[in-house]
Formats: sequence, structure tokens, C-alpha cells
Amino acid sequence: MSDETKVRRIVPIGPYHPLQEEPEFFKLVVEGETVVDLEINLGYNHRGHEFISPELTYDQVPFLVERICGICSNSHPLAAVLAIEDCAGIKPPPRANFIRTIIHELERIHSHLLWVGLAGHFIGYNTVWMWAWRYREHILQVFEMITGNRNHYAANKPGGVRWDIKPEHVPEIRAALDLVEKKTMMLTKAVLDDPVIRARLEGVGILTKEQAIAWSVVGPTARASGVDIDVRRDDPHCAYDQVPWNVIVLSEGDVFAKAKVRLLEIFESIKIIRGCLDKLPDGPIDMRIDEIPSGEGIGRTEAPRGEVFHYIRSDGTNRPIRHKIRAPSYMNIASNVVAVRGGSIADAALTLAAVDPCYCCTERMAAFEDGMLKYTGKDLLRLSWEKTEKIRERLK
Amino acid sequence: MSTWFSGWRLVVGFLVTVIGVPIVGLVLTWVDRFVSARVQWRKGPPFYQPFADILKLLLKQTIVPRGAARTTFLFAPVVGIAGMTLVAMLIIYSNFNTVVNQQSSFIGDIIVLLYCFALVPISFIIGASASGNPVAAVGASREMTLYLGYELPFVLAILIPVVKVAQQWGVASALRIGGLVAYQQQFGPLLYSISGVIAAVIVLFTIQAKLGYVPFDIPEAEQEIMSGVIVEYSGAPLALFRIARAMAFVLLPLFLITLLWGGLRDWWALLKFLLIVVLIVLMKNTNPRLTIHQALRFFWFILAPIGIIGLVLAFIGL
Repeated sequence: MSDETKVRRIVPIGPYHPLQEEPEFFKLVVEGETVVDLEINLGYNHRGHEFISPELTYDQVPFLVERICGICSNSHPLAAVLAIEDCAGIKPPPRANFIRTIIHELERIHSHLLWVGLAGHFIGYNTVWMWAWRYREHILQVFEMITGNRNHYAANKPGGVRWDIKPEHVPEIRAALDLVEKKTMMLTKAVLDDPVIRARLEGVGILTKEQAIAWSVVGPTARASGVDIDVRRDDPHCAYDQVPWNVIVLSEGDVFAKAKVRLLEIFESIKIIRGCLDKLPDGPIDMRIDEIPSGEGIGRTEAPRGEVFHYIRSDGTNRPIRHKIRAPSYMNIASNVVAVRGGSIADAALTLAAVDPCYCCTERMAAFEDGMLKYTGKDLLRLSWEKTEKIRERLK
Repeated sequence: MSTWFSGWRLVVGFLVTVIGVPIVGLVLTWVDRFVSARVQWRKGPPFYQPFADILKLLLKQTIVPRGAARTTFLFAPVVGIAGMTLVAMLIIYSNFNTVVNQQSSFIGDIIVLLYCFALVPISFIIGASASGNPVAAVGASREMTLYLGYELPFVLAILIPVVKVAQQWGVASALRIGGLVAYQQQFGPLLYSISGVIAAVIVLFTIQAKLGYVPFDIPEAEQEIMSGVIVEYSGAPLALFRIARAMAFVLLPLFLITLLWGGLRDWWALLKFLLIVVLIVLMKNTNPRLTIHQALRFFWFILAPIGIIGLVLAFIGL
């Protein structure tokens, strides 16, 4: 093997790969089994959400951004709605805030369980995969009960929510939570105590605190590296400041810590939902919005993968003129460049998946002409400046 | 009488090994899939699913990649099948013919068996290297590393019963599978001793690695290197690889029973066989995949020392 270790080879992960069923391309440069470099190529799935959004009315925008991601399909509409409300300077009724929190945390539970399952699949542990997804099923059934859909709940609208949590729903939600809590506890114990799993996950793909800050990672990826950030606590919105809960922060930064953060966050989410159900106020679930004045607004919320940021600019009509989206995976995926270096191929596959990447969230533009990159980053920046100038001209 | 009789036995033996073992192997593949599905709260496929898969593969187009060494690429699965057929012949013939004629198999067939078992990983390595795919090359290097890893404890584990039999009957008997079976029929299974248990545990782990099952499915790790060694295979050659694996799934537990657990000559062997198969499937479903370094460390620095201890225990008669 001595000759082989000196040869650099490229092991492609993607654009179509059984690891993650989304179009992404990681070029692993390997020497033997050791990964020495990584090249990330994204942009196979650009759908132009930021372009479509200004052609829709404010009521339609949440439906559009809901389809950015199939898994965190509540965080994008929630952030967009918060941005619209920020722009309009209104506050939704308290009951709507509590329902938003409940839906958002239910989503976090199902998303984290989905990741735990996938992580099991990635290390060849298909039993964990199937079991985690079975427990996730209870959460999806709660969603179906409340909103009529297992995914894409269409829960948010500017000024409130679309679906009320009826009194008869509450005991069923509580029962599902009890069940999921018990099963997740079992799963957590099984995963965290399994020596073989620990051997596979501990010390793999370490992202130090400095690296985490330098690469601006967000969400569980940052919290597993000791960066204490959580938009739910740092910028209270919905009902997050009215119920008791903790931010889970670990310092190891390896894949095991990322798994642990997500598993422990499930229990915090359950705590939040229980608190919200206890305090659920009466009253209307939405309000009438007559006009959205010209101006701008931002909405940020903590998606299961990290901070989602939406910026909306209004010119006083019923459509936004600019809608800018920053999804968490875009920040997290880039940090893989440092996290996989020096590990083996087996560890790399795991590290790439450990940030819980969501590629459809990350898609940005890349224009090619005759096989060559048409616009470089600088060109795109220039184009955007020109566009902004044009918009300013028009606004005058 | 004897010519007619032995000729008839030869035909039956041939049919059993060439047709029976692959069929039983494919049924076992279904058992594996079904039990796995039930462990994972899924429904599982119908029993004819592996046969349908093989039939479909046989009818599909065979694609040879442009950069591949064509003859070697297509010939590799045949090597694997040939190795498994030889193993089947040796195990079944030794078990059922020895009592009729003690000298029917030859001295040292257990060593031949070791080599024949090795033909399957070697066929994978040859095929993967011939395919010219970088991912398959990674898989081939992993397969080779894994083979070097598990072969050492495997040989040590096989030496344990050999040593025990040699102490009573001499080396000539001990190096024949027929000798081991005859010894166990006279003195009881070799498993029922400390060294025997050690040997059985080691062989169980190596079975898992030889079959390419979790936690040792490293050369084929679907999520890392996209089925690795067999990534370029399609159609009939892939079907042959599948059949070779299925045959190994039958023959390795049979080998364990022959070696340590009293041979195949009574009906209990069927129950023992099913027990071992279920153990393999459960182990597959309750473990994550190891990395190649961890697997090598496990075989060389944990299992091999245990094997040596077992060998010492066998020498002092435990």
C-alpha cells in the first residue's frame, strides 16, 4: 500500500450519490484513505425563489418560501412572515404566537429525528434509521391533525396563523409528545451508550470553536462546537421568551457532539411545546392587515439547522420588491472544508452529513456558458450593484 | 453395487452443490432481508424476491466500462462462484461420505478449503481492479485490507479444533475435514470447551466480514463509496457475484458447524444452522459500520490475541 498512499485520487460524492438524495457535489481529494482536500460544488437545483417572490402578493409569499425546503418547511415561511410583520410594524395576537412556537418546535423534533435516522443510515446502522423515522411518524400525525398536512403545513400568514389548535387536539399532542419523549430517551441512551457508535463518531470531523466562528456556522453545528448562539433566545420572537427552556451547548465539536446536541434539543423542544400548551391563551389567531407601508423588514428564526434570515423590502404595493433569503445550510456546508481534512473517506461521508445539510436551501446562482463560468463572484456583485442603482432610480 | 452407488452419490452431490446451495443461499438472502425488515418495523419482501432479482439481473444488459480490462472484469465473478462451488463440494462430501469411507477425502483438504474461501474476496479485488473505477479501487484496497485482517484470526480459530483432534488422532486425521467430523461423532462436538467457544466466536466475526455484512461491509459501503468493489458491475456478472455471496451465506455457517459443532450428519444441524444465520442477521442489524482502520485493529489486536490464547488452551487440553 506504500505506493498507493502517495497517489492522489478524487473520490466524487455526487452530483448523484446514495449518501444524500439531493444534487450536491463534493470532490474528495484522497491519498489512499486519507482526505487531504475538499471541493464543494453546489447550484444544481437553482429555483429562483428570490426572483419569483417579488411577483407574488404578501399572502402568497409564505406558500412560495415554504417550498424552499421540504424538511424545515415551517422555518422559511415563519421568517418571511416575521419580516413582513416587521415591515408593516404589527404584532400578531398572542395565541398566534404560541401556535407558531408549537408548530415550529414540532418541526424541530421531526427534523432532528429525521437527521438521527439518516446519520444511522450513513454509518450503515439501518435499524436506527428505521426506528428514528418510526418515532418521527407520531409527530407527522400531529401535524396532519392540526394542519391537514404531514409536511408543508401552511401554518403561517402575515398577521397570524392559518390553523388553530382546537381543545380536542391538546390531549392528543400531549400523548404524542409523551410517546416521542419516551422513545427518544430510549434511542438517545442506545445511541450514546453504544461503544461501536462512539468509536465511529467520537473525534471525527472536529470543528473547533475558532473554526466555527471563522466559518460563521449556525445552529446545532455551532452549538456543538461551543458557540453559544440561538436566535430563539438571542432575538426573542413568537413565544420563546414566555416558556422555560435551555440552549444546549457542547464543546467537543465532533460528529458525536453534533448528534448529542440534536438529540438533547428534542427534549428541549418537547419542554417548549408543553410550556406553550400550558399557557396557550385564548383569543383570535390572526388579524387583518390593510396595508404594508413602504420600508423594509427582517425576520430571523432558528430553523432546525440554524438561523434563517429573510429580508423583505416593500414599496407600499401588495408585493415585495426585494426578498433576500439566507438559509443556514449555506453557512454550515462550507465549514466541511476544514472539518473533513485529515480524516478517512468513511469519516468524511459522515462529517459531510453531520451538519444536516439541506441542499435545496443553499441553491445560489451559477451561470455557465460554453462550459465556462460566465460570472465570477465579482461580476455578480457588480450586477447586483447595478440592479440596486436601477431600483433606487425607480424608487425616486 | 459400489460403482453404481458411488456414481449415484456423485450425481446427487453435484446437483446439491451446483444447484442446491445457490438456491438455499438465495432463500437465506430472503430470510436475511425479511428478518432485517421485521427488526426495522418494515414489511419485508416476498420469499421469491432474491430469485426475481437474480432473474432480472441475468436478463439485463452487461455494461463493461470503457477503461476496464474486459476479460478479467468479466471473468472475476466466475472465480468467486468456482471457489464457492469447491467449498460446497468439500464440505458436503466430507460430511456425508466420510462415514462410508474414511479415506474418501484427502489429507489437507481443510487448507484447500481456506484457499477456496479466499477466492471470493480475491474475485472481488480482481474485478474491482479490472473495472478501472477510482471508487472501486478504494473498495479493492479496503477489501484487501479487510481480508488480511480477518484471515489471521480465522486461521488461528481453525487451528484450535485441528490441534485438539491432532492430540488424539494425529495430524493426518486432524487436517482432514472428514477426520474432524468423525472425531466429533465419537467424542462430541469440539465447541463444548473453552477453546472451542473462543474459536466459534472468532469464526462468527469472520463470517460477518467474509459475507460483507455490517459492521464489516466496509469494501462496499454504499454511503461512502457507492458499493465500492461492485460499483461497475451490472447484469449477469453482478448476478454471479450475488450468487457467490449467497452461496457463502450457506457455506460459512455449515463450515462452522462442521468444524466445531458436531458436523452435518444429524437433524440438529438444521437447527444449529438456522441459529447461526439468525445470529449473523441480528449482528448485522444491531451495529454500525466500522472504518477500515478500526476493523483491522479489531481483527489483529483483539481477535488474534484471543485466538492465540484459545490455541494455547487447546494445547493444554481445555
